[in-house]
Amino acid sequence: MAGDSARGAIDAVWRIESPRLIAGLARLTGDVGVAEDLAQDALVAALEKWPESGVPDNPGAWLMATAKHRAIDLFRRNERLARKQEELAHDIGLALAMDGADLDAALDDEIGDDLLALIFTCCHPVLSTDARVTLTLRLLGGLTTDEIARSFLTAEPTIAQRIVRAKRTLGATHVPFEVPSGEELAERLPSVLGVVYLIFNEGYAATAGDDWMRPGLCDEALRLGRILAALAPAEPEVHGLLALMEIQASRMRARTDPAGEPILLLDQDRSRWDPLLIHRGLAELDRAQQLGGGPGPYALQAAIAACHARAGVADDTDWATIAALYDALAQLSPSPVVELNRAVAVSMAFGPAAGLELVDQLVDEPLLERYHLLPSVRGDLLAKLGRHHEARAEFERAAGLTQNIRERALLLERAAASAESG
Amino acid sequence: MRFMMLMLPGGELQETGDWGPPPAEAVGQMTKYNEELTKAGVLLALDGLQPPSKGARVSFTAGTKKITDGPFAEAKEIVGGYWIIDVKSKEEAVEWASRCPGGEGDVVEVRQVFEMSDFPEDVQAAAELSEAPPEQTQSS
Repeated sequence: MAGDSARGAIDAVWRIESPRLIAGLARLTGDVGVAEDLAQDALVAALEKWPESGVPDNPGAWLMATAKHRAIDLFRRNERLARKQEELAHDIGLALAMDGADLDAALDDEIGDDLLALIFTCCHPVLSTDARVTLTLRLLGGLTTDEIARSFLTAEPTIAQRIVRAKRTLGATHVPFEVPSGEELAERLPSVLGVVYLIFNEGYAATAGDDWMRPGLCDEALRLGRILAALAPAEPEVHGLLALMEIQASRMRARTDPAGEPILLLDQDRSRWDPLLIHRGLAELDRAQQLGGGPGPYALQAAIAACHARAGVADDTDWATIAALYDALAQLSPSPVVELNRAVAVSMAFGPAAGLELVDQLVDEPLLERYHLLPSVRGDLLAKLGRHHEARAEFERAAGLTQNIRERALLLERAAASAESG
Repeated sequence: MRFMMLMLPGGELQETGDWGPPPAEAVGQMTKYNEELTKAGVLLALDGLQPPSKGARVSFTAGTKKITDGPFAEAKEIVGGYWIIDVKSKEEAVEWASRCPGGEGDVVEVRQVFEMSDFPEDVQAAAELSEAPPEQTQSS
């Protein structure tokens, strides 16, 4: 193999294999940090060997066997882990004795469980939200610290340090490497879903910088959501979250004009929405609803997104249903942001005056004090009511609050338009 | 990046252009492969196709259309099914294709799906014009 193509092929194998490799090793060693080091050692070995020998037929098994041999070396040097050594030696013997295919079949369920355990461990509540996001992208997405740093516009040493600290915290607090069950599962699933959605949102509406979207992060979140839906198919909110992300991602091509300027939902050319992703999103929403138990917050948000997806043109949008869904969402997880969205839906269904009445109740909400969408929505409703002078002031206030450069430009444009009308 | 993996079945199937439902063993292996794609979070869609003997071809020459019912006499590289996957690189798509439980003579062709951003601006503009539904020009 030529150098470059070998590197590309190894990167591809690594992307596919590294999460399950790390997950399997974490189960063996009980330590996510040690697991990642072992997996990295195996990668280094592959980078040395494969360019000459070619990629082996079962590269995943090769990497796992190599990492396990390193693990034995490590255990020999570390008495704390001595007990694990016997277990592992037995494991390798077993692997060699069994035909590859049989072993694959026997291990399939276990691999799924290990991967899920890795996801739950990366998103464990002992870690800060930043640490959860970073560790998840690193261990499950296979992203380098440099890639993560660029995605979040953070310095690489900061990310590297965050990973080291997170691993240390997991070790020091003796977080068991397992999939929680029963009540604990119900308690910890929201953290996992929250991390995945946070990654998606950071990609979908970048909170800072001059890019409106960073599609790479959306892709990672979608992949994680799809993995979760395959590994935990009985959880309705897993499907709800995936439905929400698929439908939102379907609009990616329509959300910016050729100059990279954002285009708002109702102004988008719907023929550019991705029908495959809409189809997948609606199917996931069906799955969430069929599992029953009343819709959770993600399924409700997905149902709202689905209302937009089903409308061929913006004028066909079923705003009354959307307003009712926001009402349900506000009762389930009350938040001023949800109230603001409900106000928008009400204004579309029953007129700008009805919407403005609800928005005005939020003006003194301390949580929305720095939230640019409050003045932005209020400005929009005022403009619709012909109160252009007030609208202009609101758009200008919103422009001063957003961190996103492109969004700011859009808001200032609307302020200027209001000034002309007024 | 989105790729289509096209299954071009080899051997007898390719020659006769006729096939029924595949044997249980092959289905089992393929199902396992498809599950693997699903659990890796890369599979977007897939379908197995009925044989060309049940299909038809519409060919366009010199401004005329000609319809031919299958099977197609001198056809080569008949498609038996496809997967659409979402991966990070062509190499990753190729790696997934190489894991397909292919039979003797089978070929899996890996092709990247065009994104609108791959087109030059004038082509993008043309696509926008032709894709806009008529309702949109009427609504305010």
